[in-house]
Amino acid sequence: MGTAVFNPREDQLAEHTNGSTKNYLNAGFSAKSWLLTIDHKRIAILYLLSITFFFFIGGIFAVLIRLELLTPQGDLMQAETYNKMFTMHGMVMIFFFLIPSIPAVLGNFLIPLMIGAKDLAFPRLNLLSWYIYFIGGLFTLAAIVFGGVDTGWTFYTPHSSTYSNTNVILAAVGVFVSGFSSILTGLNFLVTIHKMRAPGLTWFRLPLFVWAHYATSIIQVLGTPVVAITIVLVGLERLFHIGIFDPKLGGDPLLFQHLFWFYSHPAVYIMILPAMGVISEIVTCFAKKKIFGYSFIAFSSIAIAVLGFLVWGHHMFTSGQSNYASLVFSFLSFLVAIPSAIKVFNWTATLYKGSVSYQAPMLYAIGFIGLFTIGGLTGIFLGTLAVDVHVHDTYFVVAHFHYIMVGGAIMAYLGGMHFWWPKITGRLYPEGWARFSSLVIFVGFHLTFFPQFIVGYLGMPRRYHVYPDEFQILNVLSTAGATILGIGYLIPLIYFLWSLRYGKKSSTNPWNAKGLEWEQAASPPIKQNFEVTPVVLEDAYEYEPKVWLK
Amino acid sequence: MASQPHTLQHHFEDLEQQFESSSLGMWAFLVTEILFFGGLFTGYLVYRTKFPEAFHLGSSLLDVQLGAINTAVLICSSLTMALAVYWAQKGDKNKIVLFLSLTIVLGAAFLGVKAVEYSHKIHHHLLPGDGFTFEGPFADQVRIFLSFYFTMTGMHAFHMVIGIGLMIYLIVRARQGWYSSEYNTPVEMIGLYWHFVDIVWIYLFPLLYLIGRH
Amino acid sequence: MNKGFQLFPDQASTMAGQVDALYFFLIAVSVFFSVLIFFLIYLFAVRYRRRSEEEVPKEIPGLLKLELVWSIIPLLLTMVAFAWGASLYFDGYNPPDNALEIYVVGKQWMWHIQHPTGQREINELHVPMGQPIKLTMTTEDVIHSFYIPAFRMKKDVVPGRYTTMWFEATKPGQYHLFCAEYCGTKHSEMIGKVVVQEPADYQNWLSGGTANESLEVIGEKKFQQFACHTCHVDKPNARGPSLVGVYGKGVRLRDGRSVIVDEAYIRESILDPNAKIAAGYKPVMPTFKGQVSEVGILQITAYIKSLAQDGSN
Repeated sequence: MGTAVFNPREDQLAEHTNGSTKNYLNAGFSAKSWLLTIDHKRIAILYLLSITFFFFIGGIFAVLIRLELLTPQGDLMQAETYNKMFTMHGMVMIFFFLIPSIPAVLGNFLIPLMIGAKDLAFPRLNLLSWYIYFIGGLFTLAAIVFGGVDTGWTFYTPHSSTYSNTNVILAAVGVFVSGFSSILTGLNFLVTIHKMRAPGLTWFRLPLFVWAHYATSIIQVLGTPVVAITIVLVGLERLFHIGIFDPKLGGDPLLFQHLFWFYSHPAVYIMILPAMGVISEIVTCFAKKKIFGYSFIAFSSIAIAVLGFLVWGHHMFTSGQSNYASLVFSFLSFLVAIPSAIKVFNWTATLYKGSVSYQAPMLYAIGFIGLFTIGGLTGIFLGTLAVDVHVHDTYFVVAHFHYIMVGGAIMAYLGGMHFWWPKITGRLYPEGWARFSSLVIFVGFHLTFFPQFIVGYLGMPRRYHVYPDEFQILNVLSTAGATILGIGYLIPLIYFLWSLRYGKKSSTNPWNAKGLEWEQAASPPIKQNFEVTPVVLEDAYEYEPKVWLK
Repeated sequence: MASQPHTLQHHFEDLEQQFESSSLGMWAFLVTEILFFGGLFTGYLVYRTKFPEAFHLGSSLLDVQLGAINTAVLICSSLTMALAVYWAQKGDKNKIVLFLSLTIVLGAAFLGVKAVEYSHKIHHHLLPGDGFTFEGPFADQVRIFLSFYFTMTGMHAFHMVIGIGLMIYLIVRARQGWYSSEYNTPVEMIGLYWHFVDIVWIYLFPLLYLIGRH
Repeated sequence: MNKGFQLFPDQASTMAGQVDALYFFLIAVSVFFSVLIFFLIYLFAVRYRRRSEEEVPKEIPGLLKLELVWSIIPLLLTMVAFAWGASLYFDGYNPPDNALEIYVVGKQWMWHIQHPTGQREINELHVPMGQPIKLTMTTEDVIHSFYIPAFRMKKDVVPGRYTTMWFEATKPGQYHLFCAEYCGTKHSEMIGKVVVQEPADYQNWLSGGTANESLEVIGEKKFQQFACHTCHVDKPNARGPSLVGVYGKGVRLRDGRSVIVDEAYIRESILDPNAKIAAGYKPVMPTFKGQVSEVGILQITAYIKSLAQDGSN
């Protein structure tokens, strides 16, 4: 998307770059200008700070879990404490880190820039979304501080509704409230993408990052309300014993599972689709070549969003649900795997006859493709009925979803943060350290989670505080990996912060990437994003200049 | 940052884009509301299929006349709301305020009738909870029916309270002369919301009050 | 039961080897595609690495045929996995008719196992090898899951209903039994062992130990204790239907529906008698909720089942 009516010269943009003239970062320094901002870029930064905070909270729980699991006995903490650890690790990481991460930080920052708009459709709603998220986070922190929750992030009834005597309601309120942040963000993105594209920017010229967020927003808008009402019902059951999930009062605990997973399965696609959008952007830029199979990647995102709503019962193959229901859910689960495979093949094909360079974003992207392939394939194992009967609720599942969510989503998030860091901050991160830490993360990740596939197939159940001696070696390997992984995550935190002050100032488009955000907006952008509304005359990722016949 | 009436917000190109965005946004929001209530309707359907007699029995405990009155009241309020939108498009300040006020009055009447119904149930120990007593058969399943009754109508009533609050806001702005043929988006959007709340009741009334009527 | 380090679990049931075969197929497919992708990425990354900033790669237009090929081949492979897995799943969750029945009741935080001949075990399950065993299971409180990794088999136990699973053990030995659905504080201590014995040893075990009354005998005692026999007599004009030979038969209900008398129906009738009243009888049976435990219900059910055989009351 280069040949716009207004084609800023590099030096015109450079006037705004380097932070020496006005940009969105120096347009006001007061707390009020940040906390009452309606600038999508500042709101993205607010989200960045808060999700980083919650990532470290969730990470601390992970460290404690892995420390306990170094030995087969429960020698670090009591059983009840351990149960709270994994519950709060899951709850914080899923609802307060993974689900917002890419959409609320990168999506918020980039979508208006990528489509040539001045802001999202509803800027004040965007700020409200952040406050709602924050308030939800406070409730969850309160639940943690006032003694924790021990239901597992999955809140299965009747344990959560009748038997648990921990802060279920507080945690449930936290999750309930944060869900509205997700819904409103999705709504905002949907309307923005529909209504605020720059002239000439047709649907099939959109960056794949935008397509990915469009599909994600559909899921957020349709799925989250169902888990919201489910949480309300659990709360009512707990407070008023209404009997809906408690068999002793005539209720059905499986109804909870159906309602819960109806959202929580699509939720995993909320976590991975934006990541896939990031990867598409990075791969095409660092191969310096238009992505292979653009429309297939775009449609596959929509297919995943739609099919993702039809497979929730694959979490319930051993639950006592009808065998025929399991049959249908298994079948559909295999179908939803295919669009993801299509993406992996198309990304790989993009490298063919490209001009590939290996800065940190690309290392993260390649790491993603490898880890997501493994994670996605192990999903096939879980969708296979008879195999799932054996590995359901074991560490095999834990390994599978961590491959996708950590090896996948977090790698993509970090790749995206590195890729767009110059755009967001006007600074370059130190490339050597970035490449180094990407490798540390990659190695640490495998060492942490691959042994878990093995110990899972051996039969070690999940959420186990103590375990049989023979599982120890694999657990020790896993904890060793987690240590390395933790270090790998700390390094970027340090150098990103360092770069804000001491990092080399960036040019407008250090990667020579295609895209309105790179070619038409300064680094960092001015408050209203563009001097003049861009007009789009070409498809996405036109790296090979076309010769226009006169 | 409150903007003056009929002013283009800074990030939109023109009023048409602004209006279309608001409209799409409100419709998308109403879809989320359908899913939200949908969870409750799903639960209701599951249990009604499991316990048909208990649900018939539970339904007979409800006051059909009051429910019918409420249905009529709410339908009228949708009419007055539609008229408020009409006059907003015409820019007639007094008529906007009039019809919004009528809608609020009708909405409040609905809530008043609901309050009467609720207090009646509570008085007869039919509120699910520890004080619940029901002498007839299928007590547990009747309690489940009543749980759905209270949760669904309660959630609905909560949405009505929000709607009334929004209408009060509209009245304040209308009196300040904010709405005209050029710009009446908030009235129309909140009108959509109110119609949605009405439609939810149209489903709730037969499913809760009218099953098992001979 | 210190097993020592293993990389792969024991195969101790007829199902285990079959599940493992399917597992190995999936591993083969996964390794193939992973290696393929990694290899291609590595190949392209090296072969097409950027040699100068000036180079401009040619755009390669999309190829529908290629997209179809790499969509359809994975689809076919997944369909193989689906069909194979589904077939094993149905086998695994449909017990054969000649299965020996054992009852399991889970509760926080232990497994209560009841053999029909009367043996009771806590956190241990003795079974003979070479014989299909059907477990009929429930829980007194929250959801648990009965998991035997060596048999590749698990099933959740759900409050308010019965779930079943079956297996046929093939190798004598002791194998882990785990609870595999998080159930509260001592979830990871709700473990035990499955002891698979040669048939002769199993018989010895059954007759050894303190003499236990069979389930049916205990059930008959409870039947008397709760005064069931005062209404459920084999006489005309009795207050309640006769239970002789009733197990496994169809029964017409007051509201016109028909049900088969199985464990679930008997359990429901004890706890919620007015839910499905037999045609021709009045709703006078009181509920025994809170008075009889899940174990007690299983015992009474065993007694009622025994009435089918010899018809004696």
